[in-house]
Amino acid sequence: MIKVQHLSKHYGSVKAVDGISFDVAEQENLVLLGTSGCGKTTTLKMLNRLIEPTKGKIQIDGKDILNGPPEILRRGIGYVLQNIGLFPHYTIAENIAVVPKLMGWDDKRIKDRIHELLEKLHLPDNLLNAYPNQLSGGQQQRVGLARALMANPPVLLMDEPFGALDNVTRTKIQAEFKELDELKRKTIIMVTHDVQEAFELGDRICLMDKGRIMQIGTPAQLLFNPANAFVQDFLQGQRLQLEFKAVTLNDIWELLPDAEVQHRKVSATDRNIWAAMEVLKEKGAVLHLQQVEKGPVKTTNFAELMSAFNRYQNHTNA
Amino acid sequence: MNEPQQSLWAFMVQQSDKLATQTLQHIGLTFISLLIAVIIGLPLGIFIARKKHFSGAVLGVAGVLQTVPSIALLGFMIPLLGIGPKPAIMALFIYALLPIIRNTYTGILGVDAFVTEAATAMGMSKWQILLKVQLPLAMPVILAGIRTATVINVGVATLASYIAAGGLGEFIFGGISLNNTNMILAGAIPAALLAIIFDFLLSRLQNLDLKKLRRAATILPLLLLILASFYLIPSAYGSKLTAGFTPEFMGRQDGNLGLREKYGLKIHTIVISDAVMYKAAYEKQLDVISGYSTDGRLKAFNLIVLKDDKGIFPPYYAAPIVRDDALKRFPELEKTLNLLAGHINDSIMTDLNYRTDYLHQSPERVAKDFLIAQGLYKPSRNGNNGTVRIGSKIFGEQYILASMYSMLIKGYTNYTVATKTGLGGTKICFDALTHNQIDLYPEYTGTGLLVILQPNVKLVDSVERDKNKTYLYVKQEFEKRFNIKWLQPIGFNNSYALMMRQKQSEKLAVKTISDLKHYLDKK
Repeated sequence: MIKVQHLSKHYGSVKAVDGISFDVAEQENLVLLGTSGCGKTTTLKMLNRLIEPTKGKIQIDGKDILNGPPEILRRGIGYVLQNIGLFPHYTIAENIAVVPKLMGWDDKRIKDRIHELLEKLHLPDNLLNAYPNQLSGGQQQRVGLARALMANPPVLLMDEPFGALDNVTRTKIQAEFKELDELKRKTIIMVTHDVQEAFELGDRICLMDKGRIMQIGTPAQLLFNPANAFVQDFLQGQRLQLEFKAVTLNDIWELLPDAEVQHRKVSATDRNIWAAMEVLKEKGAVLHLQQVEKGPVKTTNFAELMSAFNRYQNHTNA
Repeated sequence: MNEPQQSLWAFMVQQSDKLATQTLQHIGLTFISLLIAVIIGLPLGIFIARKKHFSGAVLGVAGVLQTVPSIALLGFMIPLLGIGPKPAIMALFIYALLPIIRNTYTGILGVDAFVTEAATAMGMSKWQILLKVQLPLAMPVILAGIRTATVINVGVATLASYIAAGGLGEFIFGGISLNNTNMILAGAIPAALLAIIFDFLLSRLQNLDLKKLRRAATILPLLLLILASFYLIPSAYGSKLTAGFTPEFMGRQDGNLGLREKYGLKIHTIVISDAVMYKAAYEKQLDVISGYSTDGRLKAFNLIVLKDDKGIFPPYYAAPIVRDDALKRFPELEKTLNLLAGHINDSIMTDLNYRTDYLHQSPERVAKDFLIAQGLYKPSRNGNNGTVRIGSKIFGEQYILASMYSMLIKGYTNYTVATKTGLGGTKICFDALTHNQIDLYPEYTGTGLLVILQPNVKLVDSVERDKNKTYLYVKQEFEKRFNIKWLQPIGFNNSYALMMRQKQSEKLAVKTISDLKHYLDKK
């Protein structure tokens, strides 16, 4: 879907981005992770030509994006900013409708699409005639997301999309975000400096430092097969929690005890350990799991889950 | 307090035609120039917001233009654009430019960078970003600039009357010259009200919320255009010749009023300042002007005086007037000032004025040369026996006389001298004298009679034909009313006069004011 080759951005002698290459598959969610100044935001902004590259090539669907007018390119790519950047002099309805208006949609189509999105994003209809400064931070961020999704672009770029929110709102919107079917169909590149967020939302993570890619891979690969000392050190501080998030029930399937009885109500096994712990922390709770349809069923409680996870850890770290 | 208020109202009612015309002209001048300033300043501000390396140069030039004193700016405009509305609008435009450029620039730069980034990322073009995002968001700041420019322009537009562009300045400066407080207020109060009203209306506009502002921004240009067109309405009349009269001359019995009454003279008249009137006549922008019979520019610009065959201009013999208490404090003063009496006749004074006005010699040098030639000059004694304060009005002749008196006092007495020259018109000079800000200044008998004493018409008629009667009357009245003494007349008579270019006068065979009337009345 997106192919980046030898991409560089130099400001004088400073190499903000230094010859990086990566691919993003269709409907994949790639997180660009790193500290401030590592080049992640510069990389993101080169993808919709908010910043023009010094060197290198970017292809989307096989087409070089540096050909043709940038305005047309940008209308086909959704963009969500950390500071949201809603137009203060436009109503919410007008804000959401910016891109379709530029693309010349008719009013009915715009109206229908707005209502569809409002419903999906849990925004009340009466917000449409309000102005951005009348909304809470969380509502503003949802509107920002609606604006980016409005014209249904296949690619979505997100620059620290939850950076401006408080912790509680942030967790809530992240959860909604994961559940949103609109987003599941999109190729998303997201920038964050928050390791937890990266592990929570990324299919793959691209860890950057000083304009170069340190490692690109799934959360589990970064955790259990770090490419170098930088990657290991970067994740060290929050290692345990990250492992809970990086490891899924599938990974520890072999280590879980078999069920004694067959159960009708079974859960899927693609959720991570952290999510399973959330369910099991109630006293006496158990999960009945089935990996493939008509396959064997396993039952686990909190203690058994932890025990299986420990054995998995010892196994992979060894 | 009650009486002057009523008479002010009476004056405004009586002059309501003129007041309305001047107010409309004033509004028109303000808004024509403002409109041009917006048309030019707004794109310029947008341009430097995009190309920031030009911003220093553009704001610098506009800033320097802003600091040029308004009168000087009007002066610069005359050689380029002549007199009338064009130079006035140009000058006002220049004053309005800086606040508009600067506020457009800062307004656009002040738009949140994330909002502009979002607009770019949505796929808006540069123009769409400018029109849909940057300008609407910068609008309150831009409006604040327009508001500042409007208030500046309402103020500066009062000076437009100096160069025959009309406006409320006609009353203000006419009133100052004529010592007519009602006339000053009749100009000043509406001018102040205009400033306050426009400031208020624009502040309301500025505080509208962003949504309504969008509609307001479309109405505003239309409104500006309508207000600007006010200027064009009143000027739809004309005649064969054009006269330029000073604001003072316009309102005087021995000026335009007398011309209408005694000669029945009807001529297309514009109001203009003394400083540019002669030049304008020379450059054929004016045909008839009101001037002073000893003015040096008469000689410089080849103008001739039309004979006052019905005698409406009273004698204007110059003499120093001194407060009595100053004469007491400086016992040698009277004797010294009278040294000059009888030494300067009309043609000598015209010549002296010619040297300062046209040859640009300094008044001090002209004064000194003259005193030496007359054998009156003595080097300064550098005395320290008290300071005599000499005032003068703001034209060359008065500067020369003040210099002569200063040299005489320094050379013949042990007093020192402080000169306060350029005290505007008669009213300012006379007030300075009565309020003990100066001790003496040269005054003219006719001015003393008609401007300061303002006796009834019958009395004026009885004394103004005879120069001695006039002198004795003002001397006696000044002593009685103000404790101010008229010393001996210097000798020349600087009366009002109508003037034309010599060539035109010969061509039209107009030698007297009556000739002029006959020529104008002819088909």
